Amino acid sequence: MTMIFGVPLAVFMGQLTLGLVNGAFYALLSLGLAVIFGLLKIVNFAHGAQYMLGAFAALLGFRYLGINYWLALFLVPLVVGAFGVLLERFLLRRIAHLDHLYGLLLTFGLALIFEGTLVNFFGVSGARYATPEILQGGLNLGFMFLPTYRAWVLVAALAMCLFTWFMIERTRLGAYLRAGTENSQLMQAFGVNVPLLITLTYGFGVALAAFAGVLAAPLYPVSPTMGSSLLIVVFAVVVIGGMGSILGAIITGLAMGIIEGLTKVYYPEASNTVIFFVMILVLMLRPVGLFGKEA
Amino acid sequence: MMTETQSMAAPSAVLERQKRAKFRRNMFYLALIVVGLVAPFLAYPVFLMKVLCFALFACAFNLLLGYAGLLSFGHAAFLATGGYVTGYLLASYPGLTPELGIIAGTLLATLLGVLFGVLSIRRQGIYFAMVTLAIAQLVYFMFVQAPFTGGEDGLHGVPRGELFGFISLSSNLAMYYFVFAIFIFGFALIQRTVHSPFGQVLKAIRENEPRAVSLGYNADAYKLVAFVISAGLAGLAGSTKTVVFQLASLTDAHWHMSGEVILMTLLGGVGTLLGPLMGAGIVVSLQHILAQSPLGNWVSVILGIIFVICVLSFRSGIVGELDKMYRKNFK
Repeated sequence: MTMIFGVPLAVFMGQLTLGLVNGAFYALLSLGLAVIFGLLKIVNFAHGAQYMLGAFAALLGFRYLGINYWLALFLVPLVVGAFGVLLERFLLRRIAHLDHLYGLLLTFGLALIFEGTLVNFFGVSGARYATPEILQGGLNLGFMFLPTYRAWVLVAALAMCLFTWFMIERTRLGAYLRAGTENSQLMQAFGVNVPLLITLTYGFGVALAAFAGVLAAPLYPVSPTMGSSLLIVVFAVVVIGGMGSILGAIITGLAMGIIEGLTKVYYPEASNTVIFFVMILVLMLRPVGLFGKEA
Repeated sequence: MMTETQSMAAPSAVLERQKRAKFRRNMFYLALIVVGLVAPFLAYPVFLMKVLCFALFACAFNLLLGYAGLLSFGHAAFLATGGYVTGYLLASYPGLTPELGIIAGTLLATLLGVLFGVLSIRRQGIYFAMVTLAIAQLVYFMFVQAPFTGGEDGLHGVPRGELFGFISLSSNLAMYYFVFAIFIFGFALIQRTVHSPFGQVLKAIRENEPRAVSLGYNADAYKLVAFVISAGLAGLAGSTKTVVFQLASLTDAHWHMSGEVILMTLLGGVGTLLGPLMGAGIVVSLQHILAQSPLGNWVSVILGIIFVICVLSFRSGIVGELDKMYRKNFK
C-alpha cells in the first residue's frame, strides 16, 4: 500500500477530501461575510445562525411541504435571503450611521434569538437530512473512495464562489457594489440608489449563508447550534485572509480546510485548534492578513 | 462611546465645581458601601455574591470598552482561566488558603491577558473583536482537552477553606464580606485608573487615535496596559466565583459568557462606572427569575431581545440615560 509520511494513501486522501469540503464551507461563509462587510462595514454575527436557518429550512421544507433537495437548493436561499432583506431594512438600517461595532452587537443579539428559538422547538441533538438518491454512494478512483455527495458539495460550493466573483467583478451591478464599497456617498450623488443596493447586498450575503446551509444539511446533523461554532472558525479564516478580496476569501477558506484535514491525519488532538494557531501566526507576521490591504 | 464635556469657565470656579463633584461622588460611594454591608441581611447572600462577581467581571470589561473603546469578544477566557486555576489549586493542595488561590488565578489570567493583548491590539475595530473571539475559542478548546479541568464535567467540590488560615468561609455571611471586599478593591482600582492621567490618555485614544499618537502617546502601550488590567480583574472575578460556588465549568469559557458580559455592560451603560454593576444585577436577577418560571428555556432568546432593544434604542444604558436626564433637568 502506498504510504505518505507513514499514513496509508487512502486515509490521507480521505482526510484531504474532508478538509477540502470543510474548506468549501469556510470559503462560502467568509465570502458572504466579506461581501456584507464591504458595503455595510459591519460584521454579520448572525451569519452562522443564517447558515443554520438554511439547513433547517431545507429540513422542514422536506418534512412538511415535500420540497426536495434540488428545489430547496434554489428556494431556501431566496426565502432566507428575503428574510435578510427584512432584517436589513427594519433593523440594521436604523443603526447604519453609528459606530460599526453596534452592527456586530445587533447581529449577535439576532443570532441568540434565532438559535434560542430553534433550540426550544427542536432541541440540540440534531436531525438527519437524507442525501438525494442520485448523489448517494461513491466513486472508486483506484487510490481512494470518493463519496459522491462530498464531491458534489465541492463542485457546487466552488461554482457558487465563482458565480459570486463573476457577479461582483464582471457585471454592472457588481461595479456599483465595488464603487459603493469605495465611496458610497459619491455613488449616491451620481444617482445610484445606495440604500437599495445595501439592502440587496445584505440579502445576497445571507442567501449565500443559507445556500451553504442547504449544502451542509445532508452532511452534518441539522441542529440549532450547527452555525455558531463554525462561525467562530470562519471569523479566524477572515482574520487570516483579510476581507479585502473575493478571491482571497475563497483561497484562504480552502487552504484552511486542507490544513485542518492534514492536522486530523498527523496530529488529531490539534485539529479543532489549528486554524486559530494559524491566525495567531498570521497576526504576528502579517497583521493585515494574507490578502488584506489596509494601511 | 460617551463623551465628557468641560466648559471653559474661570479656573477657580472650575476647581470649586470639581471639588464639589468629587465630594458628592465620595458620599455616593460611601452610601453604596453601606448598602453593600447591610445587603446580606435583606437578600440571599449567595445571590448577592453572584451579582458581585459578575459585576466585577462587567466592570473589568467596561474598562476596556468604555474607556479604551476596544470591544473584546473573548473575556470569558479570563473569567474561566481565573476560575480553573484557583479551583484546581484549592482542590489539589488542601493546605492552600483561598486568598492565595485567588491571587494565583488572577495572576495567570493577567499573564494570559498579556499574551491576548499583544496579539489582538495589532488589529482594530471589528477585527479586534473577531481576533479576541477566536483566541478565546482556542482557550475554550484547550480547557476541553486539558487534563486538569475535568473536561465536560468541570471541577466540583472546590473547598472554600479558611481565609488567611483562620477565618472559615463556610458560612455564607463570612464569604459574602470577603467577596464584597474583593469587589470594592476591583472597583476602586478601576475608578482610580479611569480618573488618573493614564485614564485620560486612554479616553483620548478612544476618541481619536491618530491624534493621540501625533501628540506623542504610544497608543498601543496604553491599550495593552488597559487590556491587561481588564483581563486580570476578569480573572479575579472568575477566581472569586469559583471559591463562592465551589466549582469551575466550561460555561464560563463559552462565547455565550463573553456575550453576556457585553450585554450587562451595554444594558447598564457603557463608559459609566456604575452601569456594569447595575447591568450585572439586572441580568443575573433576570436569569434567576426566569430559571424558576415557565420561560426558563427562553433565557437566551430574551437576552437576545434585550440586546437588540439596547442597540436600537437604548445605547447609553440605564445609568447613561439617568445621567442624561439629570444633566438636562438639574444643571
